[in-house]
Amino acid sequence: MVDTKVNLSGWELDNPIIPSSGTFGFGKEFAELYDINCLGSFSFKGTTRDPRFGNPTPRIAECHAGLINSVGLQNPGVEHVIAHELPELGTYFKKKVIANVSGFSIDEYAYTCEQLGKQDCVGLLEVNISCPNVRHGGMSFGTNPEAAAEVTSAVKQVTDKPVYIKLSPNVTDIVEIAKACEQAGADGISLINTMLGMRIDIKRRKPVIANRMGGYSGRGIFPIALRMVYQVYEAVSIPIIGMGGVSTTEDVIEMMLAGASAVQIGAANLIDPWICKKIIEKLPETMQKYGINSLKEIIGGAHNG
Amino acid sequence: MKQVIYTVLVNEHLTPDVCRMELSGDTSAITKPGQFLNLKLDGFTLRRPISVCDFDEGRVTILYKIVGSGTAAMEKLAPGSTIDALSGLGNGFDISKSGSAPLLIGGGVGIPPLYKLCKELLAHERKPTVLLGFNSKNEIFFEHEFAELGVSTLIATIDGSYGTRGFVSDLMPGIDYSYFYTCGPMPMFKAIEQVAETSGQFSFEERMGCGFGACMGCSCQTRFGNKRICVDGPVFEREEIIW
Repeated sequence: MVDTKVNLSGWELDNPIIPSSGTFGFGKEFAELYDINCLGSFSFKGTTRDPRFGNPTPRIAECHAGLINSVGLQNPGVEHVIAHELPELGTYFKKKVIANVSGFSIDEYAYTCEQLGKQDCVGLLEVNISCPNVRHGGMSFGTNPEAAAEVTSAVKQVTDKPVYIKLSPNVTDIVEIAKACEQAGADGISLINTMLGMRIDIKRRKPVIANRMGGYSGRGIFPIALRMVYQVYEAVSIPIIGMGGVSTTEDVIEMMLAGASAVQIGAANLIDPWICKKIIEKLPETMQKYGINSLKEIIGGAHNG
Repeated sequence: MKQVIYTVLVNEHLTPDVCRMELSGDTSAITKPGQFLNLKLDGFTLRRPISVCDFDEGRVTILYKIVGSGTAAMEKLAPGSTIDALSGLGNGFDISKSGSAPLLIGGGVGIPPLYKLCKELLAHERKPTVLLGFNSKNEIFFEHEFAELGVSTLIATIDGSYGTRGFVSDLMPGIDYSYFYTCGPMPMFKAIEQVAETSGQFSFEERMGCGFGACMGCSCQTRFGNKRICVDGPVFEREEIIW
């Protein structure tokens, strides 16, 4: 019997599989398809202080080995999430969830994290400083080590829940940002968010996405995400949640060998809504194939010495 | 929603750009006209949402226009090929509101879902009238299929090469109708909104990520809040649409 359990800052998960924010809503659409309590956990739709409609449509474009999205943090706002989404979520998901938070100012991040941090169902806070689809916020906090540290310490002051900072790959050196977050008190790092990309409609000679650019995700970004997890693992001693193009059990194991303590699955949920369940069911078989008894033991296993 | 592996029975051109594909497989998730399939095609990431034109037990027909690389790949699927589909997506048309003599207004590749709708209305002893709009005579399809159902079918072409010259909405004044259902391009919707004299339902199109409500890729704002075209639509009532 293989052991798929992993640990994030003292929180033990049955397995490392976590659907990533923005691809799983609040879980309801998937709970209608399968019992989502098989998941390690899931990261719910990025929540901001105020309700947001997000960007104009089209927000979605096909691209090589993936897709581009420019949703722009559409969400009903933290008050509505606490009053409606979380109580409903409690009826079909019995484990703790990851609260994904975004914002446009330090105060806003702190406020939203404080409110969500008080919720019993929240296992940890995942602070998104890496959304490429909003101006004056999101990614602007994640592309500068000082700003990333400032958000981290502000959030740490308002909650006792573990705080994981979700980083952007759209930077010169992701390791510097990760180190700044760790020094500011982050309990863990999530990486990577989507890569800024675009498509142009040749017939119209215009960008396909209404907001011109968007976040590229899917299989094509897996090697980049893997490389960044590998680099960050060598530079920090806090846990990493790895993500970016993961869609098979082998991808999960590669991510963990690179240094991830848990693995998120994003774009793949949109194409095959049962993908996380399939990966969880197949994981023991793949572990046996590669002689892995315990997933915890392989974290960072690809690093020398 | 159900994942179904369909087998292609027929894949043929109706016009140089529009094709008809007949698929065999489980159709139990499709319950209403106006719903859609989301098709996974080899070599592409995103599924392609295509409206259901007709269905019965074990068989579903879709019509699609070749507009990009995804639909170009569909054209090449030979009978016997299989397609992975998420089946029975979207809310579909609500026929309970039709009254006795509903009007069905279709523009171009928006016409397909109106076919099954028309059959359902006839089965419920309503008397639909069908208006079809095309750019030109060589783009016309399904005129005879509607006629064979025994419904009055009027055609408008923008260049006047067949039927009445002008927009399909130009045919609306002078017709008595109890309600309307429409699917087609946005300029046609706006023209219908200007001249329609009753309530009605519009079926929208948008680029989608998942097609089942998870990603917020196809959101729109309505008088009753934000909605997702894939699950809260694609059919919306006239009273909720913000133009």
